Amino acid sequence: MSNVDSGAHRGAQILVILSIWLLGLVFSGNLAADSLEDALPKLADRSFAVKQRAVESIAASGNARALDILKALLAGDLYTRDGDPAVVVVRKAGAAMRISDPLTGQDLGEVERAAIKKIQLNNAMRTALRGAIAARTLASPDPALRLKAAREMMGDGSPAATGALSAQLEREQDPAVREAVSLALAVANMRSDRAETRLAAVAGLEGSLQSEARNALVELAGSDPDAAVKAAAAKALSAMDTRLTWNARAETLFFGLSLGSVLVLAAIGLAITFGVMGVINMAHGELIMLGAYTTYLVQQAMPGLIDYSLLVAIPAAFIVSGLFGIAIERTVIRFLYGRPLETLLATFGLSLILQQLVRTTISAQNVAVQNPSWMSGSWQVNPALAITYNRLFILIFALLVFAGLLVILRRTTLGLQVRAVSQNRAMARAMGVRSARVDALTFGLGAGIAGVAGVALSQLTNVGPNMGQAYIIDSFMVVVFGGVGNLWGTLIGGMTLGVANKLMEPWAGAVLAKILVLVFIILFIQKRPRGLFPQRGRAGEG
Amino acid sequence: MGIARAMRGDTGGQIMLAVLLAVTIVVPVLSLAVPESSPWHLSTYTVTLLGKYLCYALLAVAVDLVWGYLGILSLGHGAFFALGGYAMGMYLMRQIGDRGVYGDPILPDFMVFLNWKELPWFWHGFDLFWFAALMAILVPGVLAYVFGYLAFRSRVTGVYLSIITQALTYALMLAFFRNEMGFGGNNGLTDFKDLLGFDLQSDSTRAGLFIASAIALALGYVACRTIVTSRLGRVAVAIRDAESRTRFIGYRVERIKVAIFTFSAMLAGVAGALYVPQVGIVNPGEFSPLNSIEMVIWVAVGGRATLYGAVAGALMVNYGKSTFTAVFPDAWLFALGGLFVLVTLFLPRGIAGLLRLRRAG
Repeated sequence: MSNVDSGAHRGAQILVILSIWLLGLVFSGNLAADSLEDALPKLADRSFAVKQRAVESIAASGNARALDILKALLAGDLYTRDGDPAVVVVRKAGAAMRISDPLTGQDLGEVERAAIKKIQLNNAMRTALRGAIAARTLASPDPALRLKAAREMMGDGSPAATGALSAQLEREQDPAVREAVSLALAVANMRSDRAETRLAAVAGLEGSLQSEARNALVELAGSDPDAAVKAAAAKALSAMDTRLTWNARAETLFFGLSLGSVLVLAAIGLAITFGVMGVINMAHGELIMLGAYTTYLVQQAMPGLIDYSLLVAIPAAFIVSGLFGIAIERTVIRFLYGRPLETLLATFGLSLILQQLVRTTISAQNVAVQNPSWMSGSWQVNPALAITYNRLFILIFALLVFAGLLVILRRTTLGLQVRAVSQNRAMARAMGVRSARVDALTFGLGAGIAGVAGVALSQLTNVGPNMGQAYIIDSFMVVVFGGVGNLWGTLIGGMTLGVANKLMEPWAGAVLAKILVLVFIILFIQKRPRGLFPQRGRAGEG
Repeated sequence: MGIARAMRGDTGGQIMLAVLLAVTIVVPVLSLAVPESSPWHLSTYTVTLLGKYLCYALLAVAVDLVWGYLGILSLGHGAFFALGGYAMGMYLMRQIGDRGVYGDPILPDFMVFLNWKELPWFWHGFDLFWFAALMAILVPGVLAYVFGYLAFRSRVTGVYLSIITQALTYALMLAFFRNEMGFGGNNGLTDFKDLLGFDLQSDSTRAGLFIASAIALALGYVACRTIVTSRLGRVAVAIRDAESRTRFIGYRVERIKVAIFTFSAMLAGVAGALYVPQVGIVNPGEFSPLNSIEMVIWVAVGGRATLYGAVAGALMVNYGKSTFTAVFPDAWLFALGGLFVLVTLFLPRGIAGLLRLRRAG
């Protein structure tokens, strides 16, 4: 809620507070002498009017037990014993009823059901009780309880609730509670009989995203007798819907970026092996899978320390997948340089072998990888927008990996040699670069990044022997779409495809959206065969 | 005359066709005429299995035509095969009539299950065999034409083309998994009863399908052989070896590529249409990228650019798969994966290349 309250709103609040104060004066004049002890027996009275006054005086008594007694009364747990004016709290204990003193909490033994009589309530009393309970909770020192009470009082238009809310608004310090209180107050005031109050309440809802507020606005915009209020509510409603739409868009964008970060993670290792080295590695998905399985094994090895397991798993997965990558390069790929189609087939064979290896040695079923506690939960940006931590962390992680890779390629000796070999192998060799070693290390780097991607993916999706296959086509699409040999292209391509996918999902469905994206890429390749950011110069003529 | 000219100098092909002719006569006789008690009797299961292999062989010839002679490594031929299969499956589905579980005379069971009231427009006409047979060829052909036209016109070549063909079959797989597509979703089309009035479960129908597959393979082989020995085939090889140079000489490279690619897709469609009645089911799994890439390895094992090598490779790899999966089910992927690696590293010309070397040496 904005801090800029309109004058009318402020006026309405003062009015309400004044009237509450006056009411309070009347009651306190009447009942000032009534302590909790005096008021309690009056609950047993037959007259609802007497009972109602008793409730009010209990609420006003300021006794620490008052809240519990009111709650017990509302829940129907307050009884009287036959011929005894004292009120007791009853809990069921098997067939018998166990009773206790409401004031002291002292146990008074068990009684027969027939020996006690429930204190009857009517609707007016229930409403008053709810208001009184919420009002007392609202005064609690714990901000979380206050927030909960304010949320519960949303939509409760009783004068008691309104009064308690306005009183709390005056002294509330906690911004979150203050917002909830003023929102609840506005919603309550929208049910007021006075058109000015309603109008002020509508104005006060500016900036709100709560669904309760929206419901109240819909009601006013549809059926308010006062034309001005109706128009104001309709206007506020459309403004609110616009904000909700923007929040929904922000959410879609976030989901898109999250999917994009997964794509980027999966594809970025490929951007090295395919983009920089020109090697088609169809086993790339399986290197991702190995990373995910490394996470699983690390978690198995340190069962009590799941929160720290990822910190171990990231370097472990980099090393495991990297070593597998170097082994693949040394034993197969180096014999096939310059024969891309053969490389494609051989690495595809390797992918089958790696899948089967995992199936035989670990399990053919999916394995359960746990999420550390700091990755679960979500960040509630506003009532209409929540961002889950695991997706947020993976988005950040993807960007970090990307930045790290960029630094390696641009700023280190290895990066320099990799670029030299990829641009002109013969010249690089003539300058003393050991191209075979660079090939192995580059491939190992790409494979290691795939392993790191596997750690991240294990936090989002199922980990099983087939998980690599799900990513291989997507990864190639990202690299080809972004432009081979261009890391920035991979980043932008992956994010674009992720967002496009999520934008289409609401009206096309998840599967159709994926198909449309694939078709789009197939058509895009026709138009720009070298992707979004083609490599220029001789290196691009590969 | 044309056949004789096409087969001249193709010793492997001549042997292959002779063996095929012999098998086409012997297998049905052993299955139908020899009594079951005899050790020479072939079970219907074996006949069906052999018929399946022949369909794979035809598919492998189609793949070899584009990969061996045109240099296009298609990782999406499984899509054309599956589309042909689906066209035949739709005909077989319509033939079930009111014998389905729900007994609806028009709607196939899965549509009744999905609570559809009417036959979707693209299912009309599939109650006629000639229409379904035409579609089994035309649909893959049109898809290949459109795809090839777009891809070759913008000069998408090499691995890029391989990857987008793979994306094509992957996208189709996802699409066919959807129930809304109207092709039976996950379960595909199955529970077929009869084909042209012949009961699909009977031995003689199976033998007939085997003969039909053998004839289709022989015709497809000769047709491919005719293409590769013609001027068109020589230009195709030129494109494979030096695409830009062929273009600069003045050939319309794109048109030639599209033409041969489309023809190959049609052959794959025929193979699929013959395959489906024999196995009795077609489902979206046929579109899976793994299937398409397996076809390539048949050709690689047999030897690229020989055509008969493709036939031999398809038969051997699939025979190996049948025996392996029966004996060591877990080891098949190791064997297949190893085959990919070993063939590309040590047998770049496949078994046909090995034989040729032996003869030359």
